[in-house]
Amino acid sequence: MSLQFESSVQNSRILSVGAYRPARVVPNSEIVDRIESTDEWIRQRTGIETRHIAGPDESLIDMAEAAANIALKRAGITMEQVSAVIFATITYPYQAPSAATELIVRLGNPKAAAFDISAACAGFCYGIALANDLVKNKTAKYVLVIGGEKLSDFTNPDDRATAFIFADGAGAVVIGPSEGAGIGPTVWGSAADSRDAIQMQPSWIEFKGNQSRVDATWPDISQQGQTVFRWAVYEMAPVGLKAIAAAGLTPETLAAFIPHQANERIIDSLARSMKLPDSVVIARDIKTTGNTSAASIPLAMDALLASNPELHGKTALLIGFGAGLVYAGQVVELPPLTSQ
Amino acid sequence: MALTQEAVLEGIKEIVVEVAGISADDIAMEKKFTEDLDVDSLSMVEVVVAAEERFGVKIPDEEVTNMATVGDAVNFIVNASK
Repeated sequence: MSLQFESSVQNSRILSVGAYRPARVVPNSEIVDRIESTDEWIRQRTGIETRHIAGPDESLIDMAEAAANIALKRAGITMEQVSAVIFATITYPYQAPSAATELIVRLGNPKAAAFDISAACAGFCYGIALANDLVKNKTAKYVLVIGGEKLSDFTNPDDRATAFIFADGAGAVVIGPSEGAGIGPTVWGSAADSRDAIQMQPSWIEFKGNQSRVDATWPDISQQGQTVFRWAVYEMAPVGLKAIAAAGLTPETLAAFIPHQANERIIDSLARSMKLPDSVVIARDIKTTGNTSAASIPLAMDALLASNPELHGKTALLIGFGAGLVYAGQVVELPPLTSQ
Repeated sequence: MALTQEAVLEGIKEIVVEVAGISADDIAMEKKFTEDLDVDSLSMVEVVVAAEERFGVKIPDEEVTNMATVGDAVNFIVNASK
C-alpha cells in the first residue's frame, strides 16, 4: 500500500531579518601594531575600516538571541510558532549539544527541531536552502535561520593574514509560507580539493595532546588569502549568474546584490564579472563590520534595508562562499517592510 | 593556436585598464605591475584570472610571483599558447 497523505508544495519566503552587532567598535589602528601593518594597507586590501568585537562575557548565543528576537518581532510571530531552528556557525565552542539547542532554550521554545550546520561563510545560504525546502514540503511552517559567529575567539591577533579580517556578530531570518515563491533555486557545491585553503588547526585531539606544552596552539583560523581570492573572483561570478537565471531573472532585473562580506575587492570583482548594472544596489557592510563568516549576509541584508528601505520586498542575489571550500547562492525576495 | 605578442599585449592592456582603472597608454612591455602600474597582489590575481579566461591558458600561482613586468606576463602567455 502506498502512503496515504496529500502531498503538495507550499511557497516560502523570508518574512523578516534581524541583526546584532557587539557594541565595541575596533578600528584598524587597534590591530596594526601586532601585525606590522597600516590602516591604509588594510583598507586597500579589504575595504575594512572598523569591525565589531564581542566582549569577553558576550557569547555567540547572546548575539544570536538578540538577532533572533528582532527577526521574530518583525515577522509578527512568537517563538512558539517556530517549529525548526537552523544555526549556521563555525565558532560555537562546544562540540555538542548544538548552538541551536542552547538558543531555543533561551528563546523559550525548547521543543522546536534544532540543529547546526557547518558550512562556514556559506552557512547562511545553506540554511536558506534547507529552510526553504522545509517550508515548501510542510515539514515546518516557520523556520528561524541564524548566521552567527564569534570569530574573535578563533583568530590569532598576531596572524598577518587574518587578524584584520575576522569579526563578531549575528543575523537571523524567519522563513515561512507565502503566496508566491520568494526564494529561488539554490546553486551550490564545493571545491573540496582546496579544503586546506581555510582551516582551523590543530584538531581538538591534537590540542588535547599538546596542551601541557608551552607552545601549544589553539585551533585558530588560518587562510591562504590569494588562493581564496582567486577561487572567489573566478568561480563565484558564474554561480551568481546561474542563480539569477534559475530564478528567471537577469542582472538588469535584479534589485540588490548581497554577497558574503569577505573582502570588498572580491565584491567589486564579482559585480564587474557578472556585469551588474548600476541599478543593482550592492551591500558593502564589510567596511564597518569586517568578515563575520556565516553572519555576514544577514548583517549586510539588515544594514542594506536600513539604508535603502525601498529595497523591502525587492529581489536580491545572495552568495556565500568560504572554508571547505564550499559555496551556495540564491535569489530571494527581501523581507517586506513591517511596522516593527 | 599560438598567440602573437601583439595580440596578447593588447588583451593584457584591456584587462589591466578594467581591473586597475589606469590608462592603456601607460601600459607597455617594460612596465612593472607593482611599481609602475600600481597593480597590487590582489589586482594581479584578478589580471591573471581574466587573462586565463581570455587566452585559454593556465597560469600557476608560482608563475604569477615571477611576473614582475607586463612583458613577463605577455611572454608567459605566448609560450603557454604554443
